[in-house]
Amino acid sequence: MSGLIIYALRRITVSIPVLFLLLLFIFLLLHLVPGDPLTAYMAEDPRATQADVDRLRESLGLDQPLHIQFLHYISNTVRGEFGTSLHSRELVSNMILDRLPYTLQLGVAALLFAVAIATVLGVFAALFHNTWLDGLSMSIAILGVSIPNFWLGLMLISLFAVTLNWLPASGAGTLSHLILPTIALGTAWAALTTRLIRSSMLDVLREDYVRTARSKGQVERKVVTHHALRNALIPVVTYVGAQIPGIVGGAVVTETVFSRPGIGRLLILSISRRDFAVVEGVILMIGVIVVFSNLLVDISYAFLDPQIRYE
Amino acid sequence: MTENRLADGQQGEAAVDGRDSRRYSPTRELWKSLLTNKRALAGGAIVILLVVVALLAPQVSPYDHTRQDIANRLSPPSPEHWLGTDELGRDVLSRIIYGARTSLTVGGLSVAVAMLLGVVIGAVSGYFGGTLDDVLMRIADVFLAIPGIVLAIALVAVLGASTWNVILALGITEWVNFARVVRGQVLSVREREYVVAARASGAAAPRILMRHVLPNVASSVIVMATLSLATMIIAEASLGYLGLGVPPPQPTWGGMLNTGQRFIHTAVHLSVFPGLFIVVTVLGVNLFGDALRDLLDPKLGRD
Repeated sequence: MSGLIIYALRRITVSIPVLFLLLLFIFLLLHLVPGDPLTAYMAEDPRATQADVDRLRESLGLDQPLHIQFLHYISNTVRGEFGTSLHSRELVSNMILDRLPYTLQLGVAALLFAVAIATVLGVFAALFHNTWLDGLSMSIAILGVSIPNFWLGLMLISLFAVTLNWLPASGAGTLSHLILPTIALGTAWAALTTRLIRSSMLDVLREDYVRTARSKGQVERKVVTHHALRNALIPVVTYVGAQIPGIVGGAVVTETVFSRPGIGRLLILSISRRDFAVVEGVILMIGVIVVFSNLLVDISYAFLDPQIRYE
Repeated sequence: MTENRLADGQQGEAAVDGRDSRRYSPTRELWKSLLTNKRALAGGAIVILLVVVALLAPQVSPYDHTRQDIANRLSPPSPEHWLGTDELGRDVLSRIIYGARTSLTVGGLSVAVAMLLGVVIGAVSGYFGGTLDDVLMRIADVFLAIPGIVLAIALVAVLGASTWNVILALGITEWVNFARVVRGQVLSVREREYVVAARASGAAAPRILMRHVLPNVASSVIVMATLSLATMIIAEASLGYLGLGVPPPQPTWGGMLNTGQRFIHTAVHLSVFPGLFIVVTVLGVNLFGDALRDLLDPKLGRD
């Protein structure tokens, strides 16, 4: 167990410089915007005078040199202060916290959907290796990765919301609001994971312990679920980690399709409003989510597979 | 499928080195394998057909893609307009054909940008190692922490939406994948005898990289480039859908879908057809890329 703790601490230490660079990168990206963010703000409110703008610039610290602004930015961010929205004057941190649950729900639901579908298809493909069932599963998988999530979303809306009127086309709050976005976001991921589980199962089914289980007369179903599948799923854990950025990015687009009020939708709306304090906050939040979930995945992988800790 | 795979590692290496005493031609062998591989043939045929259609857009599109016909707006597919008309009465098929130009050009060029950045950074990082490698890889970590599409959205928002900015933004989001693969392979190649010998005989680093190291990573880079073309085509369409892609009047598949959603209750054909073309294009590229990966770089597929 102490090996695991040492590993976790070492892994956390490595994440700190990445978080710092992430801050620097987002800061530079949005402070080097050609054109003044306040100009856009002025254009929105025709009554704003130059004096108003100057006062706002001073209150936001935008009149300071870049490196001073960065120091302020870091110290504010570390204290959880992401600034104020130019558009709604709300605290960016509150705006993000209000919307984060919707994004997390969608991400987790899509993850569960993808792993469930992929486990079934992947295991069948591996058990019936080189038969038509395998071919069918693999065809579904390659088709699945080729469908853009937002188009799949549109088609689902057209069928289940417009034509059949079974499920809502937009919004959030109930389980029925979650179904279509989950399928739209999870399908490509399910397809990718199917291929991984299939090849992982194929490797595991050739292992000695599977042959031993079979030769001692174990029922085939138990051999598959107890001996093979458990081991075949271990590499899936790291793979899930590697796919987290993809699913968070996909959520941004999916939320827009379904007008789901998560942080992705907030990002796109804030960009169209040129509300860069919010854009900055959301991108940072997304980066932090990715870094921390990768951290969690690595640590849980080390927990599952003790060899990792001693590398 | 498997019988077409290059038989063993020896041939694989010959394919990479490009030299063999038995006058074995790896390029010819690869072509032969590709031409007998069903997935490669199907994928290749789709891609070639789309490229030809995109190149010949003015000749093959039934109507001028900008011609408006308000009296005929939002009309469903018919013998006159095979895929219907849009909200301004423009022919959807003609706009999809011109959209193929945008999609393939932006996709192809953004892969080129990513490949150039990734190969240079990956090779330098892997070959020189040390602090430079540390710094470059930490920068790569930051790019990995921000999902590609989110970074592309932010870059286009900052730079402004134009064809070149979309290409640049997409290229910048994708370089890390190339850099990591190239770096990993350079690390393993640089300790081989022939590289050590070249270094000992006084060859300069750029020459060693160009002559001895990069040819060894070429096949992985080609496979990655094909597969990332599929990603870039979807990403370009996503940006277009979000209103952050190549700006109008140039038709884009993503932009057409953005309009389509507004009319999803009355004119569903506007949402269906541009998306189908995206799927077929990406499927073609993926089929070809998958076959190519199995033939050139079986190890890459295992990850």
